Amino acid sequence: MSKKLSVPGVDVSWKDITPGGIVEAGTCREFKTGDWRSVKPVWKQDACKQCLLCFPVCPDSSIPINKDGKREDFDYDYCKGCGVCANVCPFHAIDMVDED
Amino acid sequence: MAKRDRLSGNEAVAVAMRQINPDVVAAFPITPSTEVPQYFASFVSDGQVDTEFVPVESEHSAMSACIGAQAAGGRTMTATSANGLALMWEMLYIAASSRLPITLAAVNRALSGPINIHNDHSDTMGARDSGWIQIYGESNQEAYDNFIQAVRIGEHPDVMLPVMDCFDGFITSHAVENIELMDDADVKAFVGEYDPEYYLNNASHPVAVGPLDLPPHYFEHKRQQAQAMMNAKKVILEVADEFYKLTGRKYGLFEEYKMDDAEIAMVVLNSTAGTAKYVVDELRANGVKAGLIKVRVFRPFPVDEICEALKNVKAVAVMDKADSFNAAGGPLFTEVTSALYKNAGTVNVINYIYGLGGRDVKTDELKSVYTKLEEIAKTGKVDSVYNYLGVRE
Repeated sequence: MSKKLSVPGVDVSWKDITPGGIVEAGTCREFKTGDWRSVKPVWKQDACKQCLLCFPVCPDSSIPINKDGKREDFDYDYCKGCGVCANVCPFHAIDMVDED
Repeated sequence: MAKRDRLSGNEAVAVAMRQINPDVVAAFPITPSTEVPQYFASFVSDGQVDTEFVPVESEHSAMSACIGAQAAGGRTMTATSANGLALMWEMLYIAASSRLPITLAAVNRALSGPINIHNDHSDTMGARDSGWIQIYGESNQEAYDNFIQAVRIGEHPDVMLPVMDCFDGFITSHAVENIELMDDADVKAFVGEYDPEYYLNNASHPVAVGPLDLPPHYFEHKRQQAQAMMNAKKVILEVADEFYKLTGRKYGLFEEYKMDDAEIAMVVLNSTAGTAKYVVDELRANGVKAGLIKVRVFRPFPVDEICEALKNVKAVAVMDKADSFNAAGGPLFTEVTSALYKNAGTVNVINYIYGLGGRDVKTDELKSVYTKLEEIAKTGKVDSVYNYLGVRE
């Protein structure tokens, strides 16, 4: 079993850094990129029909689907406000609003 | 039992590939390397190997497929020449920096333009800083032996770098010579299984290969890559030693031919060494203390060892079958003179660019180089460092 690779810190030496730049899968979880956003999607739960056209178009998996197969509110830790979800929603259940 | 056979260089390398039985071969045909995947494809069709053969649409795709397959955890091989290698360029660097020990049969051919299909070393010399280990061979036997050793060298945990097995197009790739082939079982045991620590098809430990590497980490990864190339020298010698015990065929970082008491010497790569050895023998019969160094390992370059080997020589000619267009000397010359810096001033070194685009290299021409060296050894004077051999003036 190969040993777990650590996320390289800013002070890691070349002797300890990951071989050939390989990293553990799923490291983007470590980097919260939601603060890149200048506009944010707002989910209007009343208007939502749970058609689920929004979640597959999200480039950053920021629309969580629960175990009942229903979408939940946005994961703002990673949503960059691209607005693709609002664009595909046939029921105008997502508004894009300016970040304060 | 080892088997005596008669094969071309390309056929010999294809046989080595069959004996190694890699997981994936991805290749695109280009003269003079085409026969390597061609012969190998017939081994695949005949069920003699278990390899997934990927007939891609370009050399860029060939190297990309090799990178993907090797990263997935497979042992992967390919072959190419000249412009095919050039089309692989950006992927060569990615293979090396991702530390993927792919094996490539690099059948040396002049890089266009003008377009030319014959032998010189401009293709692999252009890739000399791509981070690949480069091993050069004189004959079909050496091309075969180096290919088998390349697998072990590249895959060593202290190395993990891709390796080019370089040999001369047509002269070595197509000429049929006698060869001693290893027993299939011996090759299989010698190369063993490829067992990388990290690979994409490992469901119990998923990793990402080749992610963005920004200023805080890129430099450390390049330093680590440089260390792998430094480590390779020792590994190359260890593998050669093991290979010698198995086959009786001895390999080092370079071959020294009649160098013990040599006063003048030539430094060459690949098949020209055969012609030059004939000339050395002739000169020796006439009492001239001539010798020859045939560089086998060009990357990593054996700096200290070359310096040591040439320390008692009065005059050296470095022969380049590729030009650098630096207006000063070819790539092998630059490496050798850098290596000699520690003994700067004690040995006179000149350079000849020769044989470009497959121009024949004749014994009389090589003899004229030794005659020039005798003159330099006697007078201590060098009138011209950067020279051309065999070009019409």
